[in-house]
Amino acid sequence: MVIYCIYIVSKSGGLIFNYDHNVPKVENERKFTYPLDIRLNYENKKVSVHFGQRDGINVGHVLTAVNGMPVTGRQLDDGRDAKDVLESKESYPLTLKFSRPKMTTNEKIFLASMFYPLFAIASQLSPEPKCSGIEVLKGDTFKLHCFQTLTGVKIMTVVDRNQIGAEVFLKRVYELYADYALKNPFYSLEMPIRCELFDTNLKAMLEQIDKSGIASI
Amino acid sequence: MTVHNIYIFDRMGTLLYYQDWNRLKNSGMTKEEEAKLMYGMLFSLKSFVNKISPTDPKEGFLYYKTSKYTLHFLETPSGLKFVLNTDNHSQGVRDFLQQIYKEIFVEYVVKNPLCNLNEPIQSELFKTKLDAYVKQSSVFLTKSM
Repeated sequence: MVIYCIYIVSKSGGLIFNYDHNVPKVENERKFTYPLDIRLNYENKKVSVHFGQRDGINVGHVLTAVNGMPVTGRQLDDGRDAKDVLESKESYPLTLKFSRPKMTTNEKIFLASMFYPLFAIASQLSPEPKCSGIEVLKGDTFKLHCFQTLTGVKIMTVVDRNQIGAEVFLKRVYELYADYALKNPFYSLEMPIRCELFDTNLKAMLEQIDKSGIASI
Repeated sequence: MTVHNIYIFDRMGTLLYYQDWNRLKNSGMTKEEEAKLMYGMLFSLKSFVNKISPTDPKEGFLYYKTSKYTLHFLETPSGLKFVLNTDNHSQGVRDFLQQIYKEIFVEYVVKNPLCNLNEPIQSELFKTKLDAYVKQSSVFLTKSM
């Protein structure tokens, strides 16, 4: 069973819980000589690959290290600007490390609220009456399952594209939510879920699934 | 199994063609408004899928499914977008969309010098060929059967 992430979105569209289970890390390091054979873009406080995919370094990947030194945004850890280093001929050869950008919590909140109108429009544009919103969304690398409870809370999970049985898993997460988040007197509705029991039980369930498959829960 | 409707968009978001076969519910807006809404949703879906994908996507968004219908999406490298709504049990719709592109769109629109590629398709030939092609396909079988 490959579960990548779990998200819970409140009925007003805010992200109240997210958990990354086992997101694969996409990282590549390579030695470069002057001039660079890939085109980089300096945008959005990041250095990202704009054109020229090769050796696993794909368009959209961001620069994370130069000669082993981590890069934060556009700045190297010793204070130099990454752009200046990459454009000066003297600093070559350089070992550059690129990785697929990791989502920040802010971006996750943004994505959760973006899913909300998509869900609503999907039911509005339906060719058949009395249609629900998006239940399964498939990309070529993953499948997203969404389960909406009667009270409007959406529980979503990103799983492997060939994974089956995610509906059962979502129902189980809903049970955990009802048992450990809603019954917790210190939890107020619509607020982020910070309940220890919920976390530990969810982790225990995920471990169980990793060991013996989705049928065991 | 049944096909509900098809939308074809160009890369700028212009609705090139729309046709429905078994549509039981209308969205309560004009065709132009609906096309804009549909294109906006696809645009957001594409960016959503690219961001949430755990590894590097190649084709990106393929389809989504609701309780009543499935929306299949095919985008060509030139930015043409084919959207087909079917019921939830249809198989191999992606290949079917590719066939529509290859055998109907390229043959009767691209190879027709009188068809302007940035404008809605007026060609009667395209219309009849597409209608016939969809109706004889395995995806299209009315619910009563």
